Amino acid sequence: MKQEYTITVYTENQIGLLNRIAIIFTRRKINIDSLNTSPSEVDSVHRFTIVINETEDVVRKLCRQIEKQVEVLKAYYNTNEEIVWQELAMYKVPTDVIAEKVKVERLLRQYGANAVVIRHDYTVFETSGHREEIDSLMKALEPYGLIEFVRSARVAIIKNSAGFHEKLKEFEAKDAGEKVIENVFLGKQEEVFTM
Amino acid sequence: MQTLELVKEKPSWADKKNTSISGSQAVLEALIAENVHTVFGYPGGAIMPIYDALFDYEDKLKHILVRHEQGGIHAAQGYARTSGEVGVVFATSGPGATNLVTGLADAQIDSTPVVAITGQVFAHLLGTDAFQETDVINITTPVTKWNYQVTDATEIPAVLAKAFYIARSGRPGPVLIDITKNAQIQKFDYNGYEPCNHIRSYRPTPIIRKEYVEEAAKLINAAEKPFVVFGQGVILGGAEKEFKTFIEKTGIPAAWTILGLSALETDHPLNVGMLGMHGNYGPNVLTNECDVLIAIGMRFDDRVTGRLDKYAKQAKVIHLDIDPAEIDKNVKATVPVWGDCKETLPMLTALVEKKEHNAWLQRFKDMMKEEQMLVIDHEMHPASDEMSMAEVIDALNDLTKGDAVIVTDVGQHQMVACRYAKFIKSKSNVTSGGLGTMGFALPAAIGAKYGAPDRTVVAIIGDGGFQMTLQELGTIMQFGAAVKIIILNNNFLGMVRQWQELFHSRRYSFVDIQSPDFVTIAKGYGVAGQSVNDRKDLKAALKEMLEHNGAYLLEVMVGKENNVFPMVPQGCSVAEIRLK
Ligand SMILES: Cc1ncc(C[n+]2csc(CCOP(=O)(O)OP(=O)(O)O)c2C)c(N)n1
Repeated sequence: MKQEYTITVYTENQIGLLNRIAIIFTRRKINIDSLNTSPSEVDSVHRFTIVINETEDVVRKLCRQIEKQVEVLKAYYNTNEEIVWQELAMYKVPTDVIAEKVKVERLLRQYGANAVVIRHDYTVFETSGHREEIDSLMKALEPYGLIEFVRSARVAIIKNSAGFHEKLKEFEAKDAGEKVIENVFLGKQEEVFTM
Repeated sequence: MQTLELVKEKPSWADKKNTSISGSQAVLEALIAENVHTVFGYPGGAIMPIYDALFDYEDKLKHILVRHEQGGIHAAQGYARTSGEVGVVFATSGPGATNLVTGLADAQIDSTPVVAITGQVFAHLLGTDAFQETDVINITTPVTKWNYQVTDATEIPAVLAKAFYIARSGRPGPVLIDITKNAQIQKFDYNGYEPCNHIRSYRPTPIIRKEYVEEAAKLINAAEKPFVVFGQGVILGGAEKEFKTFIEKTGIPAAWTILGLSALETDHPLNVGMLGMHGNYGPNVLTNECDVLIAIGMRFDDRVTGRLDKYAKQAKVIHLDIDPAEIDKNVKATVPVWGDCKETLPMLTALVEKKEHNAWLQRFKDMMKEEQMLVIDHEMHPASDEMSMAEVIDALNDLTKGDAVIVTDVGQHQMVACRYAKFIKSKSNVTSGGLGTMGFALPAAIGAKYGAPDRTVVAIIGDGGFQMTLQELGTIMQFGAAVKIIILNNNFLGMVRQWQELFHSRRYSFVDIQSPDFVTIAKGYGVAGQSVNDRKDLKAALKEMLEHNGAYLLEVMVGKENNVFPMVPQGCSVAEIRLK
């Protein structure tokens, strides 16, 4: 069954890597719904947040291919239930309409939007939230002469991750992957296979 | 063949800390430090500083001037496949670099360690559509394991160290380093060369999960009809001995993919033949009967599996692979054994019981007998006057006793050679398996000869494929690579014709290919040769070819409309393999 998955990728900060990662999707003709890249909490480690609509099997294989890239430290994938996520949006509307129509003000309160810029000719509001919330504010503003609208890519925090610091130590260790370790996951194949 | 007397002394600059050298010199120092002695390449404006530096390194680095960059990279691949070392190729910017793309894709899919070094325009010209500027990094991203553009000479030692490490470690593959001309010229303080053995984000070999090895051993011990399928992973891991010990202890019949070919000697009693579309009858049919399928260093290519939803559905699958992305990619594994099979196989061998599976093995032998009667005998001893490809290979086996390196191109002759050529040594079969690149064999054979100078290298090529890269005869002429070339000439693009015959109602659309007089062409390049048309001359001609001092081209006229059988038609299950 296809559903929304958020892929979180920790990488080195390297020119060309965005392309390498994007190719993994385009080659399989998979559309990226949203893509954000930014520094992470760890110095020199970058974080990609990629949203796609696919089956779990496809997403798992994609993550393996992503992890195969030399500069990728780790790729995780999560369903929407497993993450806290936000998108940010900005809306530009004519100021005179805003000033005249009290309803708009109420609307903005209802959506928790803030004014970023107020000029005599237009006002810019911003809000953040899930896609549906952002979209419905846009729908609501449309009748009042919405001039411009922009939405950011998704950013997401994985609910039960302990950050990347610990994992990073493992990556920095010179002999990573060389010793044989006892497998504590035996019989829990699904868990081992999911990243 | 001109071989290089290796100079064993230390690289000239490596110990001289704080010496000022150019980026180009640093490139060559890196190659020497990485133990490279042969490079293949073609010069041009953007790589001239490196070629200029090369002029002073003649005693340490042998450069083979090919006739086309595609030839250069295929030669580097051939070199890598017979020597087990990293193959190196130089090319200039723009058209030089784009000519490498086919070979990079070929090396990528066949996991061949190659480092390609391309020149690039001056850094300040990047992105301006300068003369011979091509965005090589973006073009080659999908077909390289890693690539990197150097714009500053100081980066060169570390980047090349990384390139070699990435190319040869884990699942090997091609790496491309694009170096701008300014970086080649630029002088910098050189502090010696440090090989690379760790990259933070890169894990060449996955952590071996011991419990999975145990689980795999349990399945194997309980199996009634276990079956091993092995691929190039065994050769790349240098695990031929470990592999043999494993199958001999467990008594499990083993079949090979065309890239796994020669990892186990052909005549080994447990070697039951070739898998896949033109593989042997027994291993294909019995794949769908075995109870435990043990895949070792192979990736379940669709040419091997046929229809996936009907592939080995009854079997528990144990998959040993160094690349975690291969596990479950095509065939779901019951137990994955991640890791280098050089390490995992001995662990597994230690845990399995010593057994014999005689009745089961006999099934393979019985089916081989059937195939022998219905297919092989007719191939080896055709009733007609027309020679068959198989009888040529058979005659070659008689003379080489399985000791030669066989390099094949792509087409019917490739399948026939892979089916019938005999091998007694590993790293003896060089073919373009994953990409199926016509034009591969002639340049790859040149590289193979440099990779294994003491061995007889025989290239087996179709009349179509030979005409794709025949200019490399010039390379043979100039450098004296003693390659034996057999052209199996059926006056057709045979493999395509076979498909047209079987699946397109014999509509032979543009497969009737005319050839020049190959022997005269070879003569023009100073390569001896002859053409044989009659069965009675075949043996003597092959003998003459093998005994000839130097390169030799032998054209053998074979039946025009012979087909390769058995065959698993596309979209069919491996059990539906057709014997005619
Ligand atoms: C570069 C390239 N172009 C096209 C093909 C498709 N193709 C596969 S086999 C084949 C025919 C090969 O003919 P020939 O070299 O005469 O060998 P034969 O099959 O007759 O042994 C062709 C055209 C290919 N594999 N590679």
